[in-house]
Parts: sequence; structure tokens; C-alpha cells
Amino acid sequence: MRTLTIRETGATPRVRAMVSTKRLLADLSVFGKGYLRSRVGVFFALIFPVILILLFGAIFSGGGSSPISVYYQNLDSGQVGARFVSAMNDTGAVVMVQVPDSQNFSQYLLSQSASQGIVVPASFSQSFLTGGNANVTVYQNPSSTTSQIVLGITQGVVDRFNLYHANANATDVFGVQTVTVASGSYKYVDFLVPGLVGFSILTSPMFALVNISSEYKRDKIFKQLSLTPLTKAEWLLSKIIWYVLLTGVSFLMMSAAGIFLFGAHIGFSLGILPFLVLGPFMFVSLGMLIGTISNSPESAAVVGNLITFPMMFLSGTFFPVASMPAYLQGIAHLLPLFYVIDGLNNVMIYGNYSPALFDLSVMVVVGVAIFALAVRFFKWRED
Amino acid sequence: MRAIEVESLEKSYGSLKAVGGISFSVDEGEVFSLLGPNGAGKTTTIEILEGLRDADSGKRRVLGFDPWKQGYELHRKIGVIPQGFKFFLYPTPREAVRYYSALFGVKADVDKLLQRVLLTESADTYFLKLSGGQKQKLGMALSLVNDPELVFLDEPTTGLDPAARRAVWEVIRGLRKEGRTVLLTTHYLQEAEELADRVAIMDHGKIITSGTPGEIIARHGSGDRLTIRADEKLGAYLREKAGLAAEFDGHGRVSVRLKTKNDALSALKAIEESGLDWSDLSTRRDSLEDIFIRMVGENPDDQGNGRHPPG
Repeated sequence: MRTLTIRETGATPRVRAMVSTKRLLADLSVFGKGYLRSRVGVFFALIFPVILILLFGAIFSGGGSSPISVYYQNLDSGQVGARFVSAMNDTGAVVMVQVPDSQNFSQYLLSQSASQGIVVPASFSQSFLTGGNANVTVYQNPSSTTSQIVLGITQGVVDRFNLYHANANATDVFGVQTVTVASGSYKYVDFLVPGLVGFSILTSPMFALVNISSEYKRDKIFKQLSLTPLTKAEWLLSKIIWYVLLTGVSFLMMSAAGIFLFGAHIGFSLGILPFLVLGPFMFVSLGMLIGTISNSPESAAVVGNLITFPMMFLSGTFFPVASMPAYLQGIAHLLPLFYVIDGLNNVMIYGNYSPALFDLSVMVVVGVAIFALAVRFFKWRED
Repeated sequence: MRAIEVESLEKSYGSLKAVGGISFSVDEGEVFSLLGPNGAGKTTTIEILEGLRDADSGKRRVLGFDPWKQGYELHRKIGVIPQGFKFFLYPTPREAVRYYSALFGVKADVDKLLQRVLLTESADTYFLKLSGGQKQKLGMALSLVNDPELVFLDEPTTGLDPAARRAVWEVIRGLRKEGRTVLLTTHYLQEAEELADRVAIMDHGKIITSGTPGEIIARHGSGDRLTIRADEKLGAYLREKAGLAAEFDGHGRVSVRLKTKNDALSALKAIEESGLDWSDLSTRRDSLEDIFIRMVGENPDDQGNGRHPPG
């Protein structure tokens, strides 16, 4: 099977190594068995994310299922603003309560002790039809979980409006759209499942690869392997395949926990698959890269943690990114994991394939770039 | 054909010259040993020949291949145990041998190989639970999976207990009997004397002498010596009255270099005449170790041994 060629650095300019399925499977089998035998890996890859679902699901399960009251002002005189409000109501997760235009909106929210509110701008219909810019303003209390849910829902509905706008004939598609919108209510656990799937896609390959690639280098195991016909590409591919399989199992376990214990709504579709493949691909490569350019397992662990932990908290794992302050959202958009979780949210919660496709494209570009760097710097032997 | 040919091989790491222009060759079917203290350049040399490192300059052919440029072809014909062999934590020796068979695309007789390195009893124990000696034996088994013509052993017994060391020696003797070529580096002089057909002593990146152990002893040894437990006075007496090359070692031992057979007789006579106290008279000949210590200036067994335990 000739699928990939990689040049040995420093050797002859001849391109040599191809991927042999037999060697790939032999390496996969040894690595997989070793992984399952070291219970620690299995715990963190499969059990720990489920525990997190149970934990966060239990903490935030109260009150999530009844619709949330959301005060709003609709400053738009056209039809689209009204449609937006009804689309929000149609999600079933919120009940929109109108506030007269004459009231000062933020004063009003304070007087009602409300945690969230939405203002539809005057230019909404106009912008929608002409392609101008208009922002729906969400008033929120960052410490309130209902605020985060409202924000997530608003984001979802806005995304859908943008999607239809992109399809040119706005009013026509709009009619179809209102039918598909109302498919259920969003609860915290609905966001939690994709978020924690992302968590597991990040952490299990990252921690493992940073560790083994630096340790194998120190212990000369790579040198040892370089004396066999196994190629670097085969070794890396077998790790990627293993973490894709592991992610698949972990995804099913987390989804089952979310659905059966907390009644999470998850839209299963084939659109989830590319995320479950490209995510591990990206982070196996990144972990490999960090481990391979570090001088020792200790420094590799430090660098690995410096990259993994901020990414873990800022990419929408435990809280929707939309609920974070603007500057943190800006940072989130620089983190590869953000696109994994955003994409999973789009596919699993909103059924929004167009933005998901964008997330996927980012992942392909970033993943291939990191993979190329990892292969470039990953040395079997030294010169 | 020569299994290994090296001419003016050089390798530096920055300003440090690890290998400074060495030349040697190893015949097919021979056990050749590179001896030297830590930092002498043994491992760098052996890694260059295995194709794990490039050299700066110099000719090197291993089984007719350029090891750096033709590593892929070469690796199918050689077996290697790196210094302090380590492996994945969880495969058992049986699984590890199967893994290597699959990588090399050969059908290895797993039981036979494990039996050969005396690892049958631990065939199903996870690698991380094996003792240092057992790990090293697995390294040997793996290096033999592809039925190599040439085997590189980089300090295969460093840190092993005497029984495990002797077991490894048996395997090396077996390799020689089967006509395989062996390149062995070691700290242990006794190991080289026991196993090697020819030896090269390396220090500071240079080969300072080479040949069979007997040749080296004949060339650099000081012949027979008579040693007597006695004090400095006897040494002086032997020098002054009998004209012998006698030295006092400062620790209650006088040694006399015997240039001719007659020296032995005149020494005995002079000792008798001196009337001084003496005991424990014996003769001995320089061992490879005496020569090594004289040439390299340190005892090889004192280094590395125990300070860098493998496994």
C-alpha cells in the first residue's frame, strides 16, 4: 500500500519509506495492548471524561429543563426582527417577554433582577435584506448559567439567520427555516457533551504523546526502532489511528452518559465523524511535536502543560465561549481546540453544517501544518 | 570480505572531537572488541557504523554498505543492542519478538529465540517487570530476530550481576560459533579477553593499540615480574647490590622486572643474602588490564559500572 512518503532527514535525497499495512498493524497492536494494560491511560481517556459529565451534569441539572424567561426589546420595525423573536420562542428553551421600547432596558433588567435580556437593533430587517451589519445585543450575568444557555441559543439562532442570508434569497429560505428551528430546548448538558468530547480529544493524545515521544527519545527507543524497517510515518499513523479509535469509544460513552442520565439532546449525524478523526490527528501531531523538540521529558511536560491547560479552559470545554469576555473570546479563536468544540456544537446541537464546515477547514489546515512540522522535526536518528 | 572497514573516521560534537581519525577493520566471523573508558568515543563509533549517526569524514563500509546512506538495506542484515537497552513498558518478551518479526517480515521461531537467550521463564512477563539482566537478554533476542550477519553489542553487560553477565557471554560465544561477526564494546577487560578474537583500545577518540589480546600483551607488556611482600629496604638492596630493575610500590610490595631467566635466579639469591624480611613470593605476567591501566591511566571497571545502571 503506497499512501504516504516521508524523507529520512539527513539521508540520501531518495524518497524511500512507504506505509506497510502489516507493520502499521503490528505497531498498533503493541501500542494498543500497552495502552490498555497501563490502567492510568484508560482511566484518563475513557472514565475521567464520563466522571466530568456526571459531575458538571449534576451541578447544573437543576432548572435547566423549564424554559427560561428572556426580556427583550425589538427596535426593528421590519418583519425579520419579529421572526427572530419567534424563532427564539420556537427553540422551546426560552420564553421571550417584551419590554416596551420606552423603558431603559438595562434599568428594567435590574429592577426585575433578570440575568439576561436581548435587544434586536432597529436596523435588523434592513441589514438582513441588504447584507449590512447588525448586532443582536445580549445582556447577561456571566455568573449565571441561564445567561450562558441564553447566549448559546441566541448564537445558534443568529448563526442560522446568517446561514440563510448566505443563501441569497433571504425571505424564501426563511420560511423553510422556521420549521426546522424548533427541535427542542437547549440545556447546559447539551453543551457539556460536545465540550467534554473536545476535552478528551485534546487531553488524552496530548499528554500521552508529549510524554512518550520525549521518553522514547531519552531511552533511545526511537533509535532502536530506526534499526527496523518500521518508518516514522507508520509509527505516527499508528498512534493517530489508536487515538481516533479511543476518541470514538470515549464519544459513545460520554454521549450515553449525557443522554441517559441527564436527557441531553444530541443530534447524531455523520457530520460528527470528521471531528472525531481530525481532532485526534491534530493533537497527536501537536503532542509529538512538543515531545520531539524538547530536550528532556521534564521540559516537554512543562511545555505540554503550558499549551494544554489554557486551551482546555478557554475553548468552550466547560462553559460556552460566547459567555466569556470579548478579549478571551479573541484568544479562544486562536486555539485549535476551539474549532473542534465549536464544530461539534454546530453539528450536535444546532445542526448548522455551514459554520461546522468552516471549523473543519480550520482544523484541516492547522492539523496538516502541525503534522508536517512534527514529521519534519521528529528524528529517528541523529546527525 | 571484510565485515567492517573504517578509515580515518572523524566525528566532532561542536568543539569536542569524539572520534579523531580512527582506522580498523573487522573480518567476517570475528569477535572484535572496542575497549575504552567512558567518553573514549566507542559509542559514537558504533552508532556511526550502525547508521544511527553520520560521520564528519572518513571511509566506512559495513557489509559493503555505507551505513548512513544505505541504512535501510543494512538494517536488515545487522542486529543491534544499544547501551542500556530499553523498550516499551508493556509488551512481554514473546510479544516483543513477534512485533519485531512482523516489522522485519520474517517468521521467527519465538520459543527458540527466547530459549537461546535463556528468557523462556519470563516469556510472558511485562517488560517493566523484567530484571536488568532479563531486559538485556530480550535486547539480544530482538537483535537476532532478523538472523543478522553482523551483531553490534554496545556494553551488553554493564550493570549486570556476574551470573547474568556470564549468560550473555554464552550467547555471544554462540553467535561466534554460528559464524556471525560481532562488534563488542565493553568496559570490562575480562570480557574482552574472554570473548574477543581481536581488541582495539580507544582513548580520547583515538585507537591507541590493537591486535589479539596476546599480541597486545607481548607488545606493551613488561614480561614476567617477580613480586615479593617486603619493604623499601629490600627494593634498594636488589637495585644496588644485584643490579635488578626493582621497584617498591609504596604498599609493602617490591616488584622486579625479569628481563632474562637469570634475573630470576639472581633475585632469589640476593633476597637470601640480604637477610631482610620477606614473604609471598610470586611471578606474574601483565594482563590486558595492566596494559590498559598503564596506557589509559585509569581503571575501566571503576567507571560507568553502577553509576549509570541500565534498565
